[in-house]
Amino acid sequence: MTTSIPLEGQPVVSPRGLGWSARRRRDGWLMVAPAVLLILALGVYPLISSLVLSFRRWDLQSHETPFIGIANYAEAVADARHWGSWANTLAIVVSAVSLELLLGFGLALLLLGDFRGKRLLLPLLMLPVMMVPVVVGLTWRMLWDNQYGPINHLLGLVAGRDVNIVWLAHRDTALAAMVVTDVWQWTPFMLLVLLAGLTGVNPELYEAASLDGAGWWASLRDISLPGIAPVVAVAVLFRALDAFKLFDLVFMFTQGGPGTSTESISWYIYQLGFRFFRLGYASAVSYVAVVILTVVATVYVARFLREIPE
Amino acid sequence: MTGTRLEVLSTAGKRSGRGKAVRSLLRYAILLLALAFFLFPIIWVVSTSIKLPGEYLKNPPVWIPQTPTLIHFTNVMEAKGALALRNSVIVATSATALTMVVGSLAAYSLVRFGTGGRHLSFWLLSQRLMPPVVLVVPFFLVLRTLGEINPALGIDSHGALIALYTVFNLPYVIWMMRSYFQSVPADIEESALVDGSSRFAVFWRLTLPLSLPGLIATATFAFIFAWTEFLFAVIFTRTKAFTLPVAIAGYTGSQGSNWGQASALAVVATAPIFLLGLLVQRHFVRGLTLGAVRG
Repeated sequence: MTTSIPLEGQPVVSPRGLGWSARRRRDGWLMVAPAVLLILALGVYPLISSLVLSFRRWDLQSHETPFIGIANYAEAVADARHWGSWANTLAIVVSAVSLELLLGFGLALLLLGDFRGKRLLLPLLMLPVMMVPVVVGLTWRMLWDNQYGPINHLLGLVAGRDVNIVWLAHRDTALAAMVVTDVWQWTPFMLLVLLAGLTGVNPELYEAASLDGAGWWASLRDISLPGIAPVVAVAVLFRALDAFKLFDLVFMFTQGGPGTSTESISWYIYQLGFRFFRLGYASAVSYVAVVILTVVATVYVARFLREIPE
Repeated sequence: MTGTRLEVLSTAGKRSGRGKAVRSLLRYAILLLALAFFLFPIIWVVSTSIKLPGEYLKNPPVWIPQTPTLIHFTNVMEAKGALALRNSVIVATSATALTMVVGSLAAYSLVRFGTGGRHLSFWLLSQRLMPPVVLVVPFFLVLRTLGEINPALGIDSHGALIALYTVFNLPYVIWMMRSYFQSVPADIEESALVDGSSRFAVFWRLTLPLSLPGLIATATFAFIFAWTEFLFAVIFTRTKAFTLPVAIAGYTGSQGSNWGQASALAVVATAPIFLLGLLVQRHFVRGLTLGAVRG
């Protein structure tokens, strides 16, 4: 990177005479302007207007939007359905991401190095990651079906008797079904990222350890794991933030039911805004999520990602 | 390089020939099992798309379609499918093109002019971390207002989805292109500048071609994000601008009777992104981690 230093600051030799650096600065800002303006207009402005909205009672039918202070937030704190959606979301995020990490790591170890068929295997494993989430929802909705789905049928073959679990009609089995489905789609992502991490560990470290008489397990524990820790931290952050958005599977599997027992946060906000048209309250609930997520992500980044790659 | 290291990791300890053969066999067995698990659902939806209702609504399930048919594909295209496909193509292509132009310009400026320093870069990146659902209510109000001024930008318009996807993909594209531009050495550009080329000519004839593989990979991922997006699409479209995911989700209400058509549309929606994805598979890991992990 040293080569680029003259470009970052004042150029040592200026081919354009005086005013060159001022012009560069102007050109630089002109080039980022469209992006910044778009993000300000459709990213920042809506977020601010949503904050304003969260202090008002705004129901779409009425024309009055009175300022009601923190009443929406007080309601959100006391709202059992709101925290229920948090509990569901967290349960799914935590179980899905840890399973993906474990399975992904195990498979990545098996995929290390060269062996016949690897070049064919890797692209095939990428397919679930590329699937349209709604298609994943549709596919697994058919697989979980209690009457016609192959899952109950296969379980029946294993158990030796008819199995008729109505997976998506009970909270616990429906949440488990969402976890398995998410694990199916995203384990390959973990696998590929971890494989990239493992491949990037300096081979000399293993050779040195081997010369020192370290066994397979010692190499894994003392070299592989510390070597891929930063990659794991990035992968878990990305996956967790993404899993937290959980909406498509809820839509395709249960629509939040039975009752409200399988609602995710995204689903609940969607219901508040576009089924009950309580836009003020929906904004307050959104802001609670924004604040909690920002705090958690900041702490996480400070703790695990101190050296963000330039 | 990789070979040597693997040698150490996989054979440290036991080195007997027989143990090695057993382990290799075990490895293949587990990997095949995993492959079956990851491919089976995809095969199932493809096979449902060519089964008649008598076969997909059957207990025990029919594993291999006995009377394969393309009837669901023709039916679904005559119903909502064709319009959904057209909408998806328009929205995803336009959003990708817009994001790439605006995003590459910004990324180039961040890398070569150091515009805004680290703060601007990270501010742009942080926009990506927001869960999209927190923006739906304000978006809805913005689009409602815009729609009163110009219906082409309001609810249920291509324009609205294009604008939303452009903004949502911008941080991603900027961050990725930033990392690709960084790998083009600055001195190459500098010498071209000294030779009298304009900054724009350098960007257009030198930097862009040199970063072309990265540009294509980034555009592909931006396209896939727009193509697969569901939350905004289901909320902000009604009867005109709905995309493929919305059309597919529309079939879930019926108790299985429309699975054939839904699966056919799912296959139509999935095939193009599988092809695109396989084209950029080398960039897969880098693309999905915003460049934080190089595959």
